[in-house]
Amino acid sequence: MGEDSLQGYRGRLKVALEAIGAGIGDQIKVESGGAVYEGSLMPRLESDDEHHVVLKLRNGYNLGVNFDASTQIERVGEAEKPEFKPPPLPTMKEGLPRVSIVSTGGTIASRVDYTTGGVHAAISSRDLLSIVPELSDFAAVDADILYSVFSEDIDSRHWTGMARMVEEKVDEGVEGVVITHGTDTLGYSAAALSFALRNLPIPVILVGSQRSSDRPSSDAATNLVGVVTAAATAPFAEVVLGMHETTSDTSIVFHRGTKVRKCHTSARYAFQSVNAGPLARVVEGRVEMLEDDYRRRNEGPLEVMDGFEEKTALVKFHPGFQPKLVDWFVDDGYRGLILEGTGLGHVSTGLYDVIERAVEEGLYVGMTSQCIWGRIDMDVYTTGRELQHLGVEPLGDILPETAYVKLMWALANSEDLEGAKALMRENIAGEYSDRTLYTGRFG
Amino acid sequence: MDYGKLGLKVGLEIHQELATEHKLFCQCPPELFKEEPEYTFLRRLRPSQSELGEIDPAALFEFMKGRTMLYEANRATSCLVEMDEEPPGPMNPEALDVCLTFALMADSKPVDEVHVMRKIVVDGSNTTGFQRTCVVSLGGSVESEGKTYGIQHVGLEEDAARKVGDEGEVSRYRIDRLGIPLMEVATDPDIYSPEEAERVALAVGRLLRATGKVRRGLGSIRQDVNISITDGALIEIKGVQELGLVSKVVEYEVQRQVALLGLTEELAGRGVGEGDLNGDIVDVSVLFKGTKSRILKNALKNGGKVLAVRLSGFAGIVGSELCPGRRLGTEMADHARFHGGVKGIFHTDELPAYDISEGEVQALKERMGAEALDAVVIVADDEGKSRRALEAVVARAKQALHGVPRETRSANPDGTTHFTRPRPGAARMYPETDVVCITVTSERLEALKMALPEMPEEKLERIKADYGLNEKLARQIVNSIHTEFFEELAKEGMGDTTLLAVTLTETLKSLERDGVPVGSLDEPVMKGVFTLVNEGRTAKESVPELLAWLSSNPERSADEALGSLGLGMMTGEVLRELVEARVSEKSEMVEQMGMKAFGPLMGLVMGEVRGRARAEDVQALLREALQARLKR
Repeated sequence: MGEDSLQGYRGRLKVALEAIGAGIGDQIKVESGGAVYEGSLMPRLESDDEHHVVLKLRNGYNLGVNFDASTQIERVGEAEKPEFKPPPLPTMKEGLPRVSIVSTGGTIASRVDYTTGGVHAAISSRDLLSIVPELSDFAAVDADILYSVFSEDIDSRHWTGMARMVEEKVDEGVEGVVITHGTDTLGYSAAALSFALRNLPIPVILVGSQRSSDRPSSDAATNLVGVVTAAATAPFAEVVLGMHETTSDTSIVFHRGTKVRKCHTSARYAFQSVNAGPLARVVEGRVEMLEDDYRRRNEGPLEVMDGFEEKTALVKFHPGFQPKLVDWFVDDGYRGLILEGTGLGHVSTGLYDVIERAVEEGLYVGMTSQCIWGRIDMDVYTTGRELQHLGVEPLGDILPETAYVKLMWALANSEDLEGAKALMRENIAGEYSDRTLYTGRFG
Repeated sequence: MDYGKLGLKVGLEIHQELATEHKLFCQCPPELFKEEPEYTFLRRLRPSQSELGEIDPAALFEFMKGRTMLYEANRATSCLVEMDEEPPGPMNPEALDVCLTFALMADSKPVDEVHVMRKIVVDGSNTTGFQRTCVVSLGGSVESEGKTYGIQHVGLEEDAARKVGDEGEVSRYRIDRLGIPLMEVATDPDIYSPEEAERVALAVGRLLRATGKVRRGLGSIRQDVNISITDGALIEIKGVQELGLVSKVVEYEVQRQVALLGLTEELAGRGVGEGDLNGDIVDVSVLFKGTKSRILKNALKNGGKVLAVRLSGFAGIVGSELCPGRRLGTEMADHARFHGGVKGIFHTDELPAYDISEGEVQALKERMGAEALDAVVIVADDEGKSRRALEAVVARAKQALHGVPRETRSANPDGTTHFTRPRPGAARMYPETDVVCITVTSERLEALKMALPEMPEEKLERIKADYGLNEKLARQIVNSIHTEFFEELAKEGMGDTTLLAVTLTETLKSLERDGVPVGSLDEPVMKGVFTLVNEGRTAKESVPELLAWLSSNPERSADEALGSLGLGMMTGEVLRELVEARVSEKSEMVEQMGMKAFGPLMGLVMGEVRGRARAEDVQALLREALQARLKR
């Protein structure tokens, strides 16, 4: 029997399968609607109905057979347990730079169990090397599993954990750290580490994949090879995010952790630098710097400021926005709000009263723009000037998400509100750009 | 050949593109484009590791060599789904309905719940590295000449991208075809002769077309043929695009297997064993320093090597013909190309030739220690490639000791086949979790049953009645791939239905027999030809000539064919002048014979204007001219 004996089956069908002692992978025979089907029992998705048995036929195809009161199911054979024979490891070369791969969830490499259709994550160093053997050509990699969480379940505690893990690895003397991460909140984590890791001596590179690693076309391995190359050999010592530059598999591009945003739901090139150019790229195994002004590899020492204030929110203004929503944050003891305003940095005049109250109650209130591209300017229109007068802090061209993460960090790492305000105004990790450059089409 | 005695068994997998409004998993139209691509992108496919720790070695090898795919696309025919940049949408219900309709017509039992699978394919023809496929129904049968043939299953899958070229390590594919719904009908292996195979393919094709929702034109239906004989091997032959080729493919494959078994016997008689094929690969470049052979010279000039291997006991065997134009040496060359990426091989059974001299061959044999019964194979290319190529040659020689190797082959245009890859183990399939499974409800099936299309036999009767065709012609048109096209033309009043039917069946067939590439004729072009006849701009006698010209000039129109061949109708005045000129030239005869000169003169004029004038018009004009002259 398989590990999860009847995954996805419910109700009377589950009872019937239990009654004959059938488990996933077992050979069963089903008589239904005047036809007889034989095959191995397959798991069902949780969202599927509870009236069909899924069989894998001998030719490899799955199909669902209707289950009702007249259906007969018989168990005719036991599952063949696949015996995993790990392929031989590539021979390790001496003297290669050490790179640490830290996994937080998502799968950068996986194996498919073609008998049950299960996809299993491969995250040990050995697994990684057997699936992406070319890594051993240019780096001595070790792999650690820090978390196993979906990207959408990552929060500031995980950022703290990641920062401490990097500290450990820096102490071990690795040449670079790679963090694998689901893509949905990858940009937030990149920003968080950019602020938390002060005086960084080596590159810290976050990476994900937009196509699952079970498929031959996955971008996971290509991205991994590219980021390990950079972690091992790139001259920069910054927190960056490395993913596909375009839809082609030819280049991996590195975005600064504070300037990057997921701009597409599904494409390989979803991550884009906003209001800035990317820092570097890897093409044909070589790192190419795209900016001159960057932090070089150095002796450190690394300083970790890994606190994040959770009572912080990112609030998107929109037509019809109810002022009492802001009141709710104030009443609930929040310490700061980042507003995602319209255009150059505005919200409705109907919000003046609640914003004034928030500031009086000691909350930090910062303004960013929901336009994504461009910088805010709260001196152009009356509303902007009045909002500043009420105490709203303009945040230049910082991305709303980065501003939110930075505020969490600034509030946790300063004595008082004034200290936090000062940190928010300071360009800590390249989150502000001095000049807004022409980009043509965005993205 | 006595196919019964040989134990021939044939099964067919027929793939038919469906003419639905959209592709299978997105809203793109199922259409191809001819223009230059609007954009291209480069990808690589990494073979996935199975739970058993296995990776397909051939696929991994290709990947490590840096095999890259360059995909071509335009916005009209593909979106992010085909680019593998967006998850697939729900399965196109129209396509599923066509398959279910076919299932009902073929008495195949629809499954209760359809599950889409991912079938691993890493040759680059699918951007994802897998093909989305599902089983729609099981069992059923088709009939041909009173015999019933079993159907194993009816499936629905996405068509693959089409290969448009290979440049070194880069394969070029166009993704317009990717995602077009493709119905698969797999028959039982209960076909026992080449002719039977063709008849069954015809019967399945007829039933597919009866659904009224199939794409037409070259490449819209493709047959895979699985062939085995007793003591031989089950060989899968992919991509037979023409129905007329199925029986030839079977015939040649049986010949090939019988011949390979004969070679195995011969080798056993000579006492050759695996131990005799030690596979020592020797650098013999020095022997060819002064060679006249361009291929060898170029390889050496480019820093390559000439490597050789001795195949003990293989003299006369390597050059032995298996089926027309294919020798064991040809098979070895296929393997050398596949594994080594070289252009080809030379072997001593065919040398001296290709500017390799008798002296060079003798020196080669001496250097390799080859005796009378030994063969030597050489390859000239980059050293690594040549070595891999010769290793593949030795491996293929070892297979020859054991009979017919199991492999996947592809059809050549003449019906012979070539090796494409080792036969994969069990198909690597796992669920496509991005597409929800579909329950086939009894309501859906009832609704489809109420609206079942005409069966082929009914269609035959109706076509006889509606278009006034005789039994033979009606049967031919129903059996042809042009049934629907014929009906469309007839309904549009495109003239004489007998002309249409004869042209679409007998004329095309006889042109094909004469070696005219009629496969390149598409429907709009043929319609153009019928339009010319219908509008009186050419005579029906010029149809074969026009079609033949258009077959060789597929980008041109019927009007251009007419102009180029000078088959336009002679206008009244020109024709009158010509007739009068002939009458006056033959004035002596006219005077002697009177109106009796009409027959010979008619023959004379028609010989000159056939295809450019209607006989009735010539008749009238000639009668007039004769009467006028005789009156004088």
